[in-house]
Amino acid sequence: MYLYDQYDQAMVDARVAEFRDQCQRRIDGKLTEDQFKPLRLMNGLYLQLHAYMLRVAVPYGTLKSTQMHALADIADKYDRGYGHFTTRQNIQYNWIKLEDAGDILADLAKVEMHAIQTSGNCIRNISSDHFAGAAADEVADPRPYAELLRQWSSFHPEFSYLPRKFKICVIASDRDRAAMKLHDIGIQIVRNDAGELGAAFYVGGGMGRTPMIAPLIRDFVPLDQLITYAEACLRVYNRYGRRDNKYKARIKILVHELGAAEYTRQVEEEFAHLLDQGVEPPFAELKRIRTFFEDPAFAQSSAAEIDRSDPDFALWVDRNTHPHKVEGYTSAVISLKPVGGIPGDASAEQMHLMADLAKDYSFDELRVMHTQNIVLPHVAKSDLHALWTALEDAGLGSPNLDTVEDIIACPGLDYCSLANARSIPVAQKISERFAATGKTAALGELKLKISGCINACGHHHAGHIGILGVDRKGVENYQLLLGGSEAEDTALAKITGPGFSEDGIVDAVEKAADVYLSAREDGERFLDTYRRIGMAPFKEALYG
Amino acid sequence: MAEGLSSTQTPAEGRGPLDATSLRFRDDDPVLDPAVTVDAFTAQGNAVAVRIEPGDDVRELLPSLDRLALVEINFPTFGDGRGYSAARILREAGYRGELRAVGDVLVDQIAYLRRCGFDAFAPEAPLDPDDVAAALDRFPHVYQPAADERNPIWNLRHGKGEELRDE
Repeated sequence: MYLYDQYDQAMVDARVAEFRDQCQRRIDGKLTEDQFKPLRLMNGLYLQLHAYMLRVAVPYGTLKSTQMHALADIADKYDRGYGHFTTRQNIQYNWIKLEDAGDILADLAKVEMHAIQTSGNCIRNISSDHFAGAAADEVADPRPYAELLRQWSSFHPEFSYLPRKFKICVIASDRDRAAMKLHDIGIQIVRNDAGELGAAFYVGGGMGRTPMIAPLIRDFVPLDQLITYAEACLRVYNRYGRRDNKYKARIKILVHELGAAEYTRQVEEEFAHLLDQGVEPPFAELKRIRTFFEDPAFAQSSAAEIDRSDPDFALWVDRNTHPHKVEGYTSAVISLKPVGGIPGDASAEQMHLMADLAKDYSFDELRVMHTQNIVLPHVAKSDLHALWTALEDAGLGSPNLDTVEDIIACPGLDYCSLANARSIPVAQKISERFAATGKTAALGELKLKISGCINACGHHHAGHIGILGVDRKGVENYQLLLGGSEAEDTALAKITGPGFSEDGIVDAVEKAADVYLSAREDGERFLDTYRRIGMAPFKEALYG
Repeated sequence: MAEGLSSTQTPAEGRGPLDATSLRFRDDDPVLDPAVTVDAFTAQGNAVAVRIEPGDDVRELLPSLDRLALVEINFPTFGDGRGYSAARILREAGYRGELRAVGDVLVDQIAYLRRCGFDAFAPEAPLDPDDVAAALDRFPHVYQPAADERNPIWNLRHGKGEELRDE
């Protein structure tokens, strides 16, 4: 875990004071609402339908137990006793009072947390693989590079008034568990033929109303030029990204309109110039950061066999654990997707429990997944049953990771002022339907993602099944999409045809699932079958 | 005392004859020549002051930096951040003349503008000098290098770049 030193702490403390001052100047009338808005946004404070929402940064999704406890305390003290984990590995609170915001930021600063740049047209929280440092298939832990990028991008004087928001993701394996190519910059830490680590840069991906998969623009940036290369990518975007239309202002549009080759040429030219400008941190800083991410003291001979005599436990182990790089350990996923629940929501009580379990069983560490679940990354297999028992008792033992019940959903029209339709009730009805019919298990891996408007916060473009809520003549209507993927085989889902009513979309998802169940061949996931048989059989079942 | 303010020049005293609301962080006299457009500057041969609009390519000025005494960079709206890159590019190319932010320049952008190399400000709306001083004093450190002399945290941690601070 990265720990603040006096410099990091001083910066976060200064930010709290700055925000209190900005709030006071707004109250005194020295700032108009238009002038105040970007300032509060850069501290994560949105005005939603019913109240202010505060989004708190969880850098690269990593938390220690004291931080999770503090997040729970904030939910109790300033909100309605719960929080919502987001697709950017952050947490947001939906019922915040503006006058409490300064105090919340001060509470966060006490546990080395903040809401800096969780909104606004700036570089947002850096995301990463939720199994970073634990997964068996990584070339390195990607988080030191994410932390270096966090520091570089914090209060960046040149890139705080970009054309639009800017999201960076860092992974370090060929398996993509973080939707890397659907970010403004996706970085994959790789090892070259000489055995050296470097960074592959994918630039210009994103979802929203114009989804695009980021093209590779540089296959190997040496680690001692990483920040300089990122600076070049951002400078070209800041200078030439469109500002005439906010819907065409993301970097994906610039890369698309210029062409990846021309964008790359401009970046390389800027990079060559910046190499002489001394913007790269000393390599000693990367080494310092790496020391915070060294392995915890894993036991040498942890029992490798799991007692599978309890079938419910065995099912949870099969569904909700991920291979660990160290013999005898595993990464355990705590599902925040109970049947009929609100995807990603956790009560203060549950957050406290997850924090305690992390302390007892996972070297004090937790991760937030972009799929809105929580990971305990380093659990000894011999502790798994005790962990599962505690989770079951708290209603956190749903064995449904990557199943049709493990739905990503945006807050939708229940909270969000941009939404056209509600997402949460649709997610609830779908998980209830599949749990009731018992088809969840038969369907296996089926990633379902729901957005309440075309801004695509619920990642519907990247769902094996995606659902997009639209407004049709004042009535909520839901379009169905098939065939998307956020993984290393990144693909954008295609729309099936005319939309459905709220109940109709639940039936439609079941029909699509039935097409798969009757057409699948050995070992095929939903996505594989869709790719083999194409859209036509699904359309026939839905509209024929 | 805010970084960049010399002991003889506070923001309030630094108000030159430009207009009632201007702020300067330079010891030389303000350039009073009217700033011309980039096109006019490159076509004429004698202008010493130029005004950059957000869509201009500031690199067109680089061959003529030695005859420039003032570059004004216009911010039609504070949210258009192209001027931050323009300023840094000028300073990276060695421009030492006055770099003046004009237009919709607000107190909460002043610190970032200073870091990008601006040393004069002529905002449309007056700024409260106390607010400006507070904004410039707010952050004790910086995380990354820019066009100013501040030594980033990642250098301080490793004892690098201290010589810059002694200047």
